[in-house]
Order: sequence, then C-alpha cells, then structure tokens
Amino acid sequence: MTAPVIVARDLVKTYKQTAAVDHLSFEVAAGESFGLLGPNGAGKSTTMRMVGAVSTRTSGQLSILGLDPDAHGPEIRAQLGVVPQQDNLDNELQVRENLLVYGRYFGLPRRTVATRADELLEFAQLTDRAKAKVDELSGGMKRRLTIARALINDPRILLLDEPTTGLDPQARHILWDRLFRLKEQGTTLVLTTHYMDEAEQLCDRLVVVDKGRIMAEGSPAALIREHSSREVLEVRFGSEANAGAAAKLEGIGDRLEVLPDRILVYGSDGEAALAEVTKRGLEPVTSLVRRSSLEDVFLRLTGRSLIE
Amino acid sequence: MTSLIQQQVSAARSRRWGAWYVAEHKLRATRAFFWTMLVTVIGTPFLYLFAFGVGLATLLTRNEGFAELTGIGYLQFVAPALVVNAAVLVAVEEYMFGVLQGFMWNKHFEGMNASPLSGRQIVDGMFLYTGIRAVVTAGVYYAVVALFGGGVSPWAVLVIPIALLTAYAFSGIAAYSSSITEDRSQFNMVLRLVVMPLTLFSGTVFPLSQLPIFLQWIGWISPIWHGSELARQFSYGPTEPIWLSILHVVVLLAYAIVGWQLTVRIATRRLDK
Repeated sequence: MTAPVIVARDLVKTYKQTAAVDHLSFEVAAGESFGLLGPNGAGKSTTMRMVGAVSTRTSGQLSILGLDPDAHGPEIRAQLGVVPQQDNLDNELQVRENLLVYGRYFGLPRRTVATRADELLEFAQLTDRAKAKVDELSGGMKRRLTIARALINDPRILLLDEPTTGLDPQARHILWDRLFRLKEQGTTLVLTTHYMDEAEQLCDRLVVVDKGRIMAEGSPAALIREHSSREVLEVRFGSEANAGAAAKLEGIGDRLEVLPDRILVYGSDGEAALAEVTKRGLEPVTSLVRRSSLEDVFLRLTGRSLIE
Repeated sequence: MTSLIQQQVSAARSRRWGAWYVAEHKLRATRAFFWTMLVTVIGTPFLYLFAFGVGLATLLTRNEGFAELTGIGYLQFVAPALVVNAAVLVAVEEYMFGVLQGFMWNKHFEGMNASPLSGRQIVDGMFLYTGIRAVVTAGVYYAVVALFGGGVSPWAVLVIPIALLTAYAFSGIAAYSSSITEDRSQFNMVLRLVVMPLTLFSGTVFPLSQLPIFLQWIGWISPIWHGSELARQFSYGPTEPIWLSILHVVVLLAYAIVGWQLTVRIATRRLDK
C-alpha cells in the first residue's frame, strides 16, 4: 500500500469555547476518493480548510503530502486543488481569464497556463463560454469553472467542499461525470457532502461526521451493511395516525424508526414486511420499498436526518 | 503523477513573486473598465483646474489678497494639493471597495489564499496595484497641471512620488475595511467624516494658517496637509524650514507603514479562520 497523502490524528479546531472539530482522526491514501459526510455545522468545512492549509489547527497532528501545514503552507497549497463551498471566482474577469490569473499564483509561466486553461475549458465543457463574463454563467457552469480553476496546477489532491449543493439534478450529474473522470485518472479526491447519493456515487471510503466527531467509517456498502438492513419499507399513515400505527407495527422487520411524517421498517425483505403490515389490518396512505442508503446509516447513528 | 505542470508548479516562485501576481490579476481586471477609468483620470484634472485654477483664481486675484499672503498665484498654490488629493481618492477607493470586494462581495481573497499565496502577499499585491493606480492618476494630473502652467519649478514633478506616499499614508483605511464583516454602508461614513474633513481642513484650497488655531490641528494630523505642503516645497518653495519638510516625510511614512502592517495582520487573521 502506498503511503497516505493525508494523515490527521486527534485534529481539533476550537472557536472561542466551541470545538468545531473535536479529535478527528483519519487517513487518505493516494488515488483514493474519500468523503466527509455530515449535516450542516458538523465541522466538515473547517476540516477541509485545515487540510487545505489555510486554517491553523488548535491541536492534534496533521500531515499533508508528508508536510506540516503550520510550517509549509505554500508548499502544500502548491500541490492542492480547492473547490470551496461558495464559488469565489473573480466576477470582473472573463471565464478564461479566471484560469489565467489563477495559474500564475502557482508560479506557472504564462504560456503553460494558457495551454492548460484551454485544456481545462474543454474538460469543463466551457470552451464556447471562454470570453463570457462569470456573472453570465449558470450555477452549474460556475461550479465547473471553479473545478477547472482548481485543476490549473494539476494538483495531487483535489478538495471539494459540497461540490453540488444548490445545483439542479442535471447539473449535478454533469459534475459527477467530470469528477468520476478525475477519479479514473488517479486524482485523489476529498469531498464533503450532505447528499447520500453523491457520497455513494463518488466515494471509495467515507467518514460520517457529526458535531465535530467521527460516528462511523468505511465504504458506503460496508457502512450500510454494518449499520442498516438490506431493504427499507417506508409507510405513511398521515401525521395524526402515525404514532398509533407504530404501536401496531412492533415486531415487523428487524427495527422500526418512527419519524414525524412516516415510519421506516428495516429488514431484509421490504415486500414481505409490507404484506405483514396489511395482514395486521393497517392501511398506509402511501408505501415504498427501497434499498437501504447512507441516509439510514446516518439516522441510525445520530437519530437525525442529514438535511433538516 | 509527475506531469510537466506539477514540475513547473513552484511554491518558491510563488513565495517570491506572489504579490506581483496579485497586482497582475488586478491590472487584468482593470481592463474591463479601462475606458471609463481613462476618461475619469484625464477628465477630473481638467474640471478641477478650470474650477479652481481659472474660475476661483480669477476671483482671488481680483481681491489681490491671495498673492500678498502667499507670494504666488492661486493656481500654483492649489495645483500640488489637487494632485496629491487625486491620488489619495483613488487609493481610498481601493482600500475600501477593493478590500471589501475581496473579502465579502466576491471572496476572491479566499480563492487566492487557497493557492500558495499568503495573506501578506495578497495585501502587498493589493497595495502594489493601488500604488500603480495612484501613480498613473497623479502622473496624468500633473501633466494637465503643467499644461495649465501650474508647475513653477522643474522639481515640481516630484509631486508624483509625494502623491503616492500620501496615498499610502491612508492605508489604515484598508485595515479598517479588512475588519468589516457586515456591510452597513460604513464607507459613506468614512468618506464623509474622515476623508472629506481631512481634505477641507488640510490647507488644500486655502492655506492652513487661514483657519482659526483651534481647527489647525486637523491639518497637522492630516496626511493630505503633510503631502500637499511637501509637494508645494518642490513646486514653488521652499516656504518652510527644512526640518518641517523632513517631518512631513516622517509622518507620511509612519502612517503608511503602520496602516500597511495593520492591514496585513488583520487580513491574515481573517483568512485563517
């Protein structure tokens, strides 16, 4: 196995009295696609800023590409690509110019940056928008431009903080496709998300984070196997009747999760569970049998859903 | 992956030239509004010199008090101060809007900081760009002044570096802008309660000695007064003892260095969150 490119041990970041990141430990191997999954305020972005060598840690050990960010910030950042949660492109510049000025920050010669910018515009499917103003781009295009900008130095690690938050489904899929290509090319990806499907699509391995702590770690499939059942039956009885119905569902499946608007029945066979519900004389308003997802893992671990 | 690009990427080059890369970025962004800027840079001195140098000067010369008081024409008196003022206004604009744009409206300082650039380099780069703008503005202004016959001595051209120094003496405003986290039009306040009074009571359009003594202190603390007086020494002077001229330089340098270092400190802390 290759040496890890990121090693965090007991990483802590405290703001005034509150610990945003509370003794986080994890490793990321070269070429791996690693995810930090958690709700808003879990400490994901803070962790990303520390890994990105822009935020000084309060305590703990952190090594990025074998270097300590406290001492070698610029050397580390020279080898990273960063896609922040909020686009921070320069609106006063054209699309291509954003790449040109950014490439210079890495000490790249003008000619190299120009060639690279054209390749990346192609990659981000923005070639025909090269001369457009940033303000004229759609949300998805801005995201792709930000990703292209992050790749200008051909980084060894690409950090993506909620890359698809706020995008429509189509734009998300285009973005996922681009990220998947990078993964295939061997780029190490570290991303945060609160979207389950995104984590399942892109991550080889992930940690579930809540309140600055790691709740679970593993591949998406392993986490589901470990913390949830194979299938889930979702039944709704209307908000009034929900609690009453829940009492009568005891014993069906392996486990019940009663939410304000619906009841989740965890088990190996969702259809069989549904048949049992009907047999007990209950008539749900709606019912749905689906595969277990990371959302269920999170619910199991924290008792809360990921997107409030 | 050790591609060609990764080999060329250089933290060392970035450590050395980072500030210049930021200035380069800002200069490129300037291209977008190059023409409006050019018209403003050339148009403003014409407007002011017509108003003060021709209009107001005629009135003053008729009363004949001014020349008696100062020994020179009103245009010659006011021109160096106008050049200094123009550079200051351009710089203040960058200290306020340029900084807040980078921290809040566009957040591109965060983008810069994610690259090898440090907070210090981002501030230095912004100041470098501000300096370039101030020199261009003062240079064009001086050319128009010369056209109107406002420069008396061949040394008058030194008003350009003096204007630059005075512009930098206002760098404390950049430190203040760096600390703003909520946009509540504080800049209107800065312009009206700080920059404007400093301009009006700094011996810009009339000698400071004309003010009652209890108002003259505004001039003494004002970089505009120090800058304008210094510029006047080279334009038609000397009119004051040499120690006072040296004091002007010292005061301006002190303001500039303190403001600059304060900005670096506040900006670096803000980026490291």
